Amino acid sequence: MIPIRENAGRPTPFAVRLGRWGGFALTHAVLIAGAMFMLLPFVWMLVTSIRPQAEVFESIFGLLPSRFAGPENYGYALSKAPLLRFMLNGVIVCAGILAVQLLVAIPCAYALAKLRFPGRTAMFVLVLLGLCIPIQVPALPLYIGLAHLGLLNTYFSMMLPFFLSVFAIFLFRQFFRGFPDEIIHAARLDGVSEFEIVWRIVVPSAGPAIAAFAVFSVVAHWNDLYWPLIVISETRLAPPALGMMYFNDSESGANYGALTAGATILTAPLVLTFLLARRRFIQGITMTGLK
Amino acid sequence: MAQAATMASPAAPPRRTPGRRQAIIESLAGMGFAFPAFLLLCLTILVPLGVLVWLSFTSYELGAIDLNYVGLDNFRKAMADPVFRRSLTTTFVYVAIVLPGSVIGGLLIALLIHRRRRSRGLYEVIYFLPVTSTLIAMATVWMFLLHPRLGPISGALRAMGFGEVAFLSEPSLVLPTLAVIGIWQLVGFNMILFLAGLSAVPRELYEAAAVDGCHNPIDRFLTVTWPLLGPTVMFVVVTTSITAFKAFDTIAVMTRGGPMGASEVLLYTVYLEGFQYFHIGYAAALTLIFLAFILIFAVTQALTLDRRVHYG
Repeated sequence: MIPIRENAGRPTPFAVRLGRWGGFALTHAVLIAGAMFMLLPFVWMLVTSIRPQAEVFESIFGLLPSRFAGPENYGYALSKAPLLRFMLNGVIVCAGILAVQLLVAIPCAYALAKLRFPGRTAMFVLVLLGLCIPIQVPALPLYIGLAHLGLLNTYFSMMLPFFLSVFAIFLFRQFFRGFPDEIIHAARLDGVSEFEIVWRIVVPSAGPAIAAFAVFSVVAHWNDLYWPLIVISETRLAPPALGMMYFNDSESGANYGALTAGATILTAPLVLTFLLARRRFIQGITMTGLK
Repeated sequence: MAQAATMASPAAPPRRTPGRRQAIIESLAGMGFAFPAFLLLCLTILVPLGVLVWLSFTSYELGAIDLNYVGLDNFRKAMADPVFRRSLTTTFVYVAIVLPGSVIGGLLIALLIHRRRRSRGLYEVIYFLPVTSTLIAMATVWMFLLHPRLGPISGALRAMGFGEVAFLSEPSLVLPTLAVIGIWQLVGFNMILFLAGLSAVPRELYEAAAVDGCHNPIDRFLTVTWPLLGPTVMFVVVTTSITAFKAFDTIAVMTRGGPMGASEVLLYTVYLEGFQYFHIGYAAALTLIFLAFILIFAVTQALTLDRRVHYG
């Protein structure tokens, strides 16, 4: 691996090759064993979802089913639980949250990055403090407030706590700080308003940051269970994670063919997007490692 | 915002110095731009936080008419409450398994794949897959995999001559089992963070180390990689601790804190007290204790981030 090693000339070429081959084999043996552990639930989910009900518990080691029972399992899952409705709810909630998050966070981030105004430092400190507060902390008072207003079991109640993403403000502020001041000054001299500078000039250059944040936000809220579990009790409003929980509870008769079919349907949108846009997806989720 | 727009238009002849005019525009626009965020910040974080603190000093229960100020009673009750103490211990045991498992695992995988040219992408996808998948759906699959009579894992163990293992209903096994699923979910995320850290280690350093007689991969790791990876490691450790400390989803779906409270983690206790039993005052106190732990982690994180800026 390191050229200098060969120049030293001490180890015989055969030993080097043997060592290298051994390292290669060991590396892949470890990685493949790990990969099998990672993939086990996914493979099992897909295989079980196309197995006939009678075979689900029999062939533990045989991977392939004797006949393709996908239609009956998926059909049963779709007829038993409103899975498509859960996904529609997920789309509505994720889209609503993301839209408001961007509309609110982008101007604020620009102001914090490029404008001098009274209260700027205080606002930034609040943002930093907000980064430390997980949703479980304001959940109780927000729940009481929403209950008093009669807003439980609405899309609005599911979205409200997430309208403000302090993380988005923090992220975009970092990104906007790198935007060249000369362009902003030139635009001001041309009489472009600050409002237009944000949305027409700065935002188009922030594509990658916005895309990465969008991935993070959608993944988080598609999969969120804690908050929907608190404010939603009607099946027809459940987002994917909560819907899956309802389906799981209702199918305690262990119809695993249908359950895994349901799990496949609800997991598919994010996993497929991930496989199609791998780089952006990984970037989006891990840049929030900062969170 | 509309105000700022009109002021910026060159309709009015610039009488005053442009610097001063610009300063006024900036402060108006800045306040206007920050205002919606500030409003929502108050509405969804600051005010609820204040209300939470206030509630934690009361004996409020949802639906109750009277509300008594009880001082620190809720906190005293928590300290003496065997359920709460058990859930605190359970949470720390869970973190104590998930943290080393997913950090060491993530580091090992990152070290093994970051020099692979052709297979790196494939392994990245495989190990990252659980991060993107809906955990609740995968929890259902895990329940099936771990089913003591019907599941394939038990079947494989039986075939190897072991008896039936009730992973999720045996009190001593449930927490390690959930922790393994937690590791399964987190390890790919940590791998990516470590890969980013590794790519920042300059190649020349390895060559220099080789010149100095450092041929063994383990020597190389200890003399070059590990010291330079230090800040990344600290960062991953804190992030993982926070995530593991907030464990809720798998427990809510797979065990509901059972059997006999053996998997009831802190957040699940908070959820039960607040949203199932509606002991609002008590739940508020528990939430504040939860927040105190999160803040300890967050401060550690801020300090390590700071160090990364200086030495990274």
